[in-house]
Amino acid sequence: MSVRDIFETMEYGPAPESADQAWAWLRERDQALDHFIGGQWRKPSSGDYFESHSPSTGELLAQVADGNDDDVNQAVGAAVDALEGWVAIGGHGRARYLYALARAIQKNSRLFAVLESMDNGKPIRESRDIDIPLVARHFYHHAGWAQVMNRELPGYKELGVVGQVIPWNFPLLMLAWKVAPALAMGNTVVLKPAEYTSATAALFAETCKDIGLPKGVFNLVLGDHKAGSALVKHPDVRKVAFTGSTEVGRILRKQTAGTGKKLTLELGGKSPFIVFEDSDLDSVVEGLVDAIWFNQGEVCCAGSRLLVQESIADRLHHKIKTRMSRLVVGDALDKGVDVGALADPSQLERVEKMVALGVEEGGSKWQPECTLPEGGCFFPPTLITDIQPSATLAQEEIFGPVLVSMTFRTPAEAVHLANNSRYGLAASLWSESINLALDIAPKLKAGSVWINCTNQFDAASGFGGYRESGFGREGGKEGLYEYVKPSWEDQLALEPVHPLPRFVPVEESESRKVPTIDRTPKLYIGGKQSRPDGGYSTAAMDAKGQVIAEVPAGNRKDIRNAVEAARAAESWTSTSAHNRAQVLYYIAENLSARAEEFTRRIAQLNGRSTAEAAQEFVLCLDRIYTYAAMADKYDSQVHSTPFRNVTLAMKEPLGVIGIVAPEEAGLLGFISTVMPAISMGNRVVVVPSAHYALLATDFYQVLDTSDLPGGVVNIVTGNQDVLADVLARHYDIEGLWYWGTREGSKLVEEEAAATMKRTWVNHGKHHDWTDREQGEGEIFLRKATEIKNIWIPYGE
Amino acid sequence: MASATEQNVHPITRRPIERNPGMPYTSELVEQVRVNRSAVERRAATIGKRRSIKKSHQAAWLLKAVSCIDLTTLAGDDTDGKVRRLCEKARRPIRKDILEGLGVADLGLTTGAVCVYHNFIETAVRALEGTGIPVAAVSTGFPAGQIPHELKLAQVRASVKAGAEEIDIVISRSKVLTGDWEGLYREVSDFREACGDAHMKAILATGELATLRNVAKASWVCMMAGSDFIKTSTGKESVNATLPFSLVMVRAIRDFYDLTGHYVGYKPAGGISKAKESLDYLVLIKEELGRAWLSPQLFRFGASSLLADIERQLEHFLTGSYSADYRHPVG
Repeated sequence: MSVRDIFETMEYGPAPESADQAWAWLRERDQALDHFIGGQWRKPSSGDYFESHSPSTGELLAQVADGNDDDVNQAVGAAVDALEGWVAIGGHGRARYLYALARAIQKNSRLFAVLESMDNGKPIRESRDIDIPLVARHFYHHAGWAQVMNRELPGYKELGVVGQVIPWNFPLLMLAWKVAPALAMGNTVVLKPAEYTSATAALFAETCKDIGLPKGVFNLVLGDHKAGSALVKHPDVRKVAFTGSTEVGRILRKQTAGTGKKLTLELGGKSPFIVFEDSDLDSVVEGLVDAIWFNQGEVCCAGSRLLVQESIADRLHHKIKTRMSRLVVGDALDKGVDVGALADPSQLERVEKMVALGVEEGGSKWQPECTLPEGGCFFPPTLITDIQPSATLAQEEIFGPVLVSMTFRTPAEAVHLANNSRYGLAASLWSESINLALDIAPKLKAGSVWINCTNQFDAASGFGGYRESGFGREGGKEGLYEYVKPSWEDQLALEPVHPLPRFVPVEESESRKVPTIDRTPKLYIGGKQSRPDGGYSTAAMDAKGQVIAEVPAGNRKDIRNAVEAARAAESWTSTSAHNRAQVLYYIAENLSARAEEFTRRIAQLNGRSTAEAAQEFVLCLDRIYTYAAMADKYDSQVHSTPFRNVTLAMKEPLGVIGIVAPEEAGLLGFISTVMPAISMGNRVVVVPSAHYALLATDFYQVLDTSDLPGGVVNIVTGNQDVLADVLARHYDIEGLWYWGTREGSKLVEEEAAATMKRTWVNHGKHHDWTDREQGEGEIFLRKATEIKNIWIPYGE
Repeated sequence: MASATEQNVHPITRRPIERNPGMPYTSELVEQVRVNRSAVERRAATIGKRRSIKKSHQAAWLLKAVSCIDLTTLAGDDTDGKVRRLCEKARRPIRKDILEGLGVADLGLTTGAVCVYHNFIETAVRALEGTGIPVAAVSTGFPAGQIPHELKLAQVRASVKAGAEEIDIVISRSKVLTGDWEGLYREVSDFREACGDAHMKAILATGELATLRNVAKASWVCMMAGSDFIKTSTGKESVNATLPFSLVMVRAIRDFYDLTGHYVGYKPAGGISKAKESLDYLVLIKEELGRAWLSPQLFRFGASSLLADIERQLEHFLTGSYSADYRHPVG
């Protein structure tokens, strides 16, 4: 076209980014990408490769090593060998390497960006201006965490070898999110990138080699799910970190259950994008562009579910359509492209099918007139209106440039619709009223809440989900805890520190001689004593094996009732921390008033001296005081993210937590587990130690007199492992703490896979509950809370 | 480039653009304004990075920028001679050999207008005779507007009588800062009436309006009062045209068009001196308002030194060698 013609049409024209250097890099490797193990490039042990193509053009980019068990074994072996040295060089030593990585990535930023766009199909503008700068930022930030690890995380140590499996939507960025904190905290890594996108991971491995990262600290195994699965299952892997689909996340939860491997899962989402009538609608529209037409909508936290206040829906839809008609879909390497290619033909097919289904279910589809390039995996920006929450497209993740829109009438309805999802990854909300925005943000079930913005990420702020979007946080100090453990964890005992009394149950005839059955313990549900649903009881025996009472045998229906009561006791969560502290102090006060009775009971059940029992009792009071004190002191934080906003890392209670208290630890075990949970605002369903059940049932009388609202603590006595199973499978419980057997721990983790609840289990190891660290360390509060990051840009 | 009649034709539909007749003051339209500064700044920061205009496309876009320049001199030491020199530059903004090289010698490229103080209107009109290039005059006590309202009206009438086809008025910032939107409406309506057939550009002096929200509200009031263009700045404030101001103003223009069907033009002024910046503005206009606004009928740059940088860039495009100021005639 002549200059003259363009002067009339005012078209943009092509603006190709040169791929020459990226091609040169691929050709230097004969277009073959190998594993990187122990600091060396390694060909796949099977000799097999698969092809990786550019989704924009279909061109063959490279043959990719098809990793298998042998490759994974070698990589994990190299990581094991490197671990000691990597820990030994200390925080400052590791900081130097991470800093060198950050610098090297910046120095080669364009090569990384071009390669990423070629491999993944994302527009070069995004890889250049968003992905790669964030990658460098992540390494800089975590170089800092390595430097100050001892100072900021005293008493914590590395986990060991970490296995990481990452997705194809942000290949290098997800690598950075996983690798930087892991290395900073002294772990060594085996990483398996997605099969569609291996190129920048290979370039990163080369960068590690170039900067002289010690051999085996970072290892790369390429391949598909075979390699991923082998990595996850490898016995020497101490931690698995995964980003990807909820379906695969669930499999990993089951595969790692009972192994003692730590797990973080960053999974799918159907994140709401809530627009109130007092929003800046033009900015809302740009927010949507960043939410759902960023990275082709292939973003786990994409704002894919538009919830717009009914009064402004038509206006907003008009504005969205106008904007959509100006989006440019095209080759990833064109600098003027807004929406690139989907990552793979299979992904394109999936999006096409889902949109067809949406139309079948009554949705109105709108797409702008835009030309799609021939041959690549392109799908036009799409808006679906006239859709109801019951529609598949309103529930299921599409993972493409498809926005569905629904309306609401009131703020309360907006929250209700927003939370009406199995996912809980992120949410965006728009309003010019600070009152409205700050009222709604904490009510949204989402790990990230963006007020008047969307898809904001930074290394200083944690990212991660609730519900079936997974658990764990990446970024910020909260993300570091995913890669460390308390040093005392290695010292946990294999046998109970204070074992149960050994006795032989006394013969029935003799037990008849016992003069009185002094009380009728019941279940404690919703603040009321209630008889067990099943109508059965089991004998409670003292330390000598004499029956001293009959304790209700709770069953699944009792658990159901207890969870319902806990769910209803929401006011405990919303009341002030000061109020919770007052109630906890009052519990201590009332317990103290019954010192003699409880001391006698402790001694009666554990068979130790009255003096020892009195010691345990005093420790119980001490511990209640600790959690009364901490109720209003475990503060939220404001992260230093690099732009004008407040990033509020808000510590929230999980909600309802099931607690299977340590069998051997009596009143102290009960107090040590229940108090931190309720101190932080959770409501609990606790299954107390069977042997010490009477202490729990005695204790509810203390609760009854201490102004604790009904339903905050629910006590269901009975077989711990049977009830743990019911709790693990219950959908309306956010967390489950279990101190029991190895087998029971495995069961809990396995059964929790369906609901993706947060579990904390002991794998059959035993805390010393009298020990300050093991009995009331910071970890109890951390496990009782989850961090939601609320981003609040400001400025008039 | 364009005859006076063509000036009022829509670049795409080729139909005459009806002047914005204004509308009764409607307080709800002012009250409903919502502007989120952080979000606006985010959009402004990425708009130039979302589009890339290279090679012949860039050359064509820069020529478009030239056609949209209100070539301006507004200095205390202006003289007839200086104004005549400027007018000559407006007639022939780009060296002939460059235009030939680009294949646009027959385009009749001129700047959009010449913009001067009242005292030089007649000089400029004479210098531009037969070119179709309109003369714009700044008015109403430019730049601060701190003179009596009646004198402002008299100045407008005098400038129109002297031959100015475009009048760049300044609004009373005090009316914005005290929330007297209806008073502002009456003021600008009076200016519009005094302009008669001359087109009116309303200068908001955005740098003195304190907030983006005020900028948006002032835009609405000026459009309601019948402005043909809304313009950011006098060039004399400490902050002049910026992309965030522009984004807020062009979005108001878009909403006003959606509501009334009337086109209002946009003129960023002050501080735009680089070719690359002018492309950012053109991209912003195309993305937010569409192709229709990319013409001197609906878009102008208020600039004095921008043209010189564009000339250098165009020569570079043709020769591949970086150019120098002395190779291009001064205006």
